[in-house]
Amino acid sequence: MNSSSESAESIVVRISGPVVTAVGMRRAAMYEVVHVGELGLVGEVVRLVGDRATIQVYEDTTMLKPGAPIRCTGAPLSVWLGPGLIGNIYDGIQRPLPGIEQRSGAWIQRGEKVNPLDLDRRWPFAPTVRPGDTVAAGQVFGEVPETTLVRHRLLIPPEVAGRVKSVVAPGECSLRDPVAVIETPGGDRTISLMQRWPVRQPRPIRERWRVGLPLLTGQRVIDTFFPMGKGGAGAIPGGFGTGKTITQHQLAKWSDAEIIVFIGCGERGNEMTSVLREFPELKDPRSGRPLMERTILIANTSNMPVAAREVSIYTGITLAEYYRDQGLNVAVFADSTSRWAEALRELAARLEEMPAEEGFPATLATRLAQFYERGGAVTTLAGELASVTIVGAVSPPGGDFSEPVTQHTRRFIRCFWALDTELANARHYPAIHWLQSYSEYAENVAAWWEQRAPGWSDLRTEALTLLQREERLQQVVRLVGPDVLPDSQRLILFIAEMLKDGFLAQSAYHDKDTFCAPERQVALLRLILTLYRGGRDLVEAGVPLARVRQLPCVPKVLQAKETFGNDELSRLEELEQRVRDELAALAKRSAQEDRQDV
Amino acid sequence: MSELNFTVQDRGLEYLGAARIDGPLVVIERVRDVGFDEVVEILDPEGHPRVGRVLDISGEQAVIQVLEGTTGLSNQSLRARFLGASFLLPVSRHMLGRVFDGLGRPADGGPPPLSADLRDVNGRPINPCARRYPREFIQTGLSAIDGMNALVRGQKLPMFSGNGLPHDRVAAQIVRQACLLEEQSAFSIVFAAMGVKHEVADFFIRNFEDSGALARVAMFLCLADAPSVERLLTPRVALTAAEHLAFDCGQHVLVLLTDMTNYCESLREVGTARGEIPGRKGYPGYLYSDLASIYERAGRIEGSPGSITQVAILTMPADDISHPVPDLTGYITEGQIVLDRELFQRAIYPPIAGLPSLSRLMKDGVGQGFTRDDHPALASQLFACYAYVKKVRALADVIGEEELNALDRQYMQFGEAFERRFLNQGEYENRSIQTTLELGWDVLSMLPRDELHRASDALVELYYRKQAPQQAVA
Ligand SMILES: Nc1ncnc2c1ncn2[C@@H]1O[C@H](COP(=O)(O)OP(=O)(O)OP(=O)(O)O)[C@@H](O)[C@H]1O
Ligand SMILES: [Mg+2]
Repeated sequence: MNSSSESAESIVVRISGPVVTAVGMRRAAMYEVVHVGELGLVGEVVRLVGDRATIQVYEDTTMLKPGAPIRCTGAPLSVWLGPGLIGNIYDGIQRPLPGIEQRSGAWIQRGEKVNPLDLDRRWPFAPTVRPGDTVAAGQVFGEVPETTLVRHRLLIPPEVAGRVKSVVAPGECSLRDPVAVIETPGGDRTISLMQRWPVRQPRPIRERWRVGLPLLTGQRVIDTFFPMGKGGAGAIPGGFGTGKTITQHQLAKWSDAEIIVFIGCGERGNEMTSVLREFPELKDPRSGRPLMERTILIANTSNMPVAAREVSIYTGITLAEYYRDQGLNVAVFADSTSRWAEALRELAARLEEMPAEEGFPATLATRLAQFYERGGAVTTLAGELASVTIVGAVSPPGGDFSEPVTQHTRRFIRCFWALDTELANARHYPAIHWLQSYSEYAENVAAWWEQRAPGWSDLRTEALTLLQREERLQQVVRLVGPDVLPDSQRLILFIAEMLKDGFLAQSAYHDKDTFCAPERQVALLRLILTLYRGGRDLVEAGVPLARVRQLPCVPKVLQAKETFGNDELSRLEELEQRVRDELAALAKRSAQEDRQDV
Repeated sequence: MSELNFTVQDRGLEYLGAARIDGPLVVIERVRDVGFDEVVEILDPEGHPRVGRVLDISGEQAVIQVLEGTTGLSNQSLRARFLGASFLLPVSRHMLGRVFDGLGRPADGGPPPLSADLRDVNGRPINPCARRYPREFIQTGLSAIDGMNALVRGQKLPMFSGNGLPHDRVAAQIVRQACLLEEQSAFSIVFAAMGVKHEVADFFIRNFEDSGALARVAMFLCLADAPSVERLLTPRVALTAAEHLAFDCGQHVLVLLTDMTNYCESLREVGTARGEIPGRKGYPGYLYSDLASIYERAGRIEGSPGSITQVAILTMPADDISHPVPDLTGYITEGQIVLDRELFQRAIYPPIAGLPSLSRLMKDGVGQGFTRDDHPALASQLFACYAYVKKVRALADVIGEEELNALDRQYMQFGEAFERRFLNQGEYENRSIQTTLELGWDVLSMLPRDELHRASDALVELYYRKQAPQQAVA
């Protein structure tokens, strides 16, 4: 922290909410972190004109006065990267909230400075390089078991490369300890278990890849209909109360990513609390370990300072990139990107920038693009395949998707889960609308599915087609009622209802159904479509639809999703057989009756 | 009312004259040692102080928002004193049973309550680590709420209403009847009125009186004839008192805020006067953050026995739920109770709309161990069936009710019964949760049993009325 000699004269001259103007700032750099006033409120330089700097302050500026001192730190806003991040909860500028609570109690006080990582905690460090080895930027030089689930690989910082001069023996180290010395062309570099990285700058990678593997979420409407890929980008827009947060919580719980970063950006305090209380109790379905052992939370709730909300997104994504660089698949959930965009708008207005659409700064689209571009499937500097998947919630005013944030976001994502207010009102959850949503990754992940659960592509297409046909039929129904339609078309209405109730609707709160394994998804879909195909043949042969609807298996099929868990696939197969048998029996009965009639 | 009810060190600097007076804003030049958000006393020509706060401060000028209006102030004669602190409220448990103005000064002729504590009315954000997740069911005695949109202790659940709808009566009934299932402890009530008419305030006061609650109520009244900018502080003042009662004194506090639409209008007024770039419908771009700084002050805190439950009433201009005020509120609160004009016109009380109402914390506070095991499934089933009723009604409007098939006609009957028997109840009828749940099954049982797929077989077996329930509509 080199406070420059001039900084004594750096003083505040104007305060307008979170935006502060200072003079005597000729030596300050753009995006440099400064400490404002006696409390040392953390701020960031966002504009420089002559020796005047405009600073956005991440803490409440109440009673800050002109004339207050400014201290420059000489460094851009950076996060600490190292073991101890997992399981933690940070505010937007990576201050650990438990640490802040210890110091200032239940209410967050201003000017608290708590280290993001515990510098004294000792970690069992196992080096993987030896003196004399050449190491490149981003290469793994050792490991620390961070949690049971996460083997934390220590990386040579991106700007360092050379020959290992010395490295400590395996054993306990703290983040303060030097663990290796690297000879570089620019001189010896001592490295530790910790490094820093400026949040607004993407961490380097070697190469980007096309998304090829699904990010399995255990949510049927997502995995089967609108799949996400590892390294993909998606948005989940919807009016208030339509299910953005619950869906994202579901994804954070059940996705098969190795690390989850959840950014609560301008949303409710209680929602973060619920994650904090719930995740340590919930078990990862694959490893059986508490979900908190793979999760990092960033909480900058709606009542916390708006400038820190703006930066929270970058803090979160930088942590995600760091674990990606260790060769892991990371998923980032941002709830809500609209609140972030509003923070941009609020700050831009205070900076008296020219507004573009609906008051948002003209840079909105670029900023969104930069954010989503930090995701992707990549080869890391160390040569491993890894990914960052990004899912952003969007909260359009009035639930109207034509507003700027939704519209711009659409350009940079390839998976769009449109939440529908009417579905949510009818308590059809997840309220992801099957006709307005799309995923451009469906093709990319089809190969994986066909190997794991054959039949996926065809079943999916068949179901989606049925739902599209139903929508067209509904237009007729709304005018004349369903009873004038022929049985063949009413069968489609009937099956579409079954698809919605028996397959697409999935309660986050149902023990058995909250997570649906891929095989079970396909089995449930096949079950309904078996009924459809059989029913179609019968109706074509002149059997009244009512008799198909009354088959005793119908209610069983509807409730199958909540009756049979992920490890009861054989029971689902039995049910499917029962459907076939009942259909066959009905066919036989009808044929007999026909003969009698003749 | 001429004195502030707290004394803050006066540094003796008094400024004479303003450079500009514009709407609720006063600009004073060449001020020294003034802080952002500092409280100012502006002395009017009669020498009466009016409270203001600093919105923007630089070496050259201070922009001051005068909470008690600028009427009668003049550039030349105005005097201003800066009080050296942000807006502080003296808090005490003796605020219960008292009436204050919108800035927290006694308005009942009594002395300021004895207080040792001064609190910044802006509060501080609650650390999410310190929150306790709300999960205790509050029985309001209203089936529409308890059965389908249950309120829990520490929740913020607003009421979206429209002009002329009976939101005040519903709110008063909630306040009268709200109780926990096991505990007898009564809620303390903090009532904040922003820009509402005297009649409305009187209605509530009478209600508190009649139910014998008056001694447990602290009232903060900034009524329609008070300067509109004063409203900006009223909810903050009220919540500061509530926080003290809840988290220092360990009480369960129910905060009633009405009407948030008036509050937002004042915010818009100040924004316009400052020449800010307006957002939707002229409301400032920071309306969301500003409202959040109010609503997020509900909740529970780990290790503290108290709680703050918030019921904010707002009227939707033109009954439009997508208007910025209800819209942004819905994005912050934990659900919403929506009043419906059509139900009201059909004389259904409380006219709580079946579908758009939602309580997000319900799931954690109902069901086995909280209310009854069938509660979540019953609620979900009622929602699903009522949603279908809406579709059938739309169809019936087109093709005529006689053309509906038998099942759809059954749904029409169910819909009527649901509204007339389940939703509808007396203003003084306090239903136990058991009564509500039984009523729910009564009306559901008007539908064929295999229409109920949201509830498990076992529950339907247990609760479905095997004898055809009486079809007559009460
Ligand atoms: N998959 C689901 N299963 C069961 N209930 C759900 C599901 N998704 C949403 N819900 C219900 O919908 C309510 C609202 O969901 P949620 O809080 O996620 O909305 P939101 O879109 O995030 O709203 P906001 O924009 O206001 O934050 C939840 O409280 C829950 O009751
Ligand atoms: Mg949400």
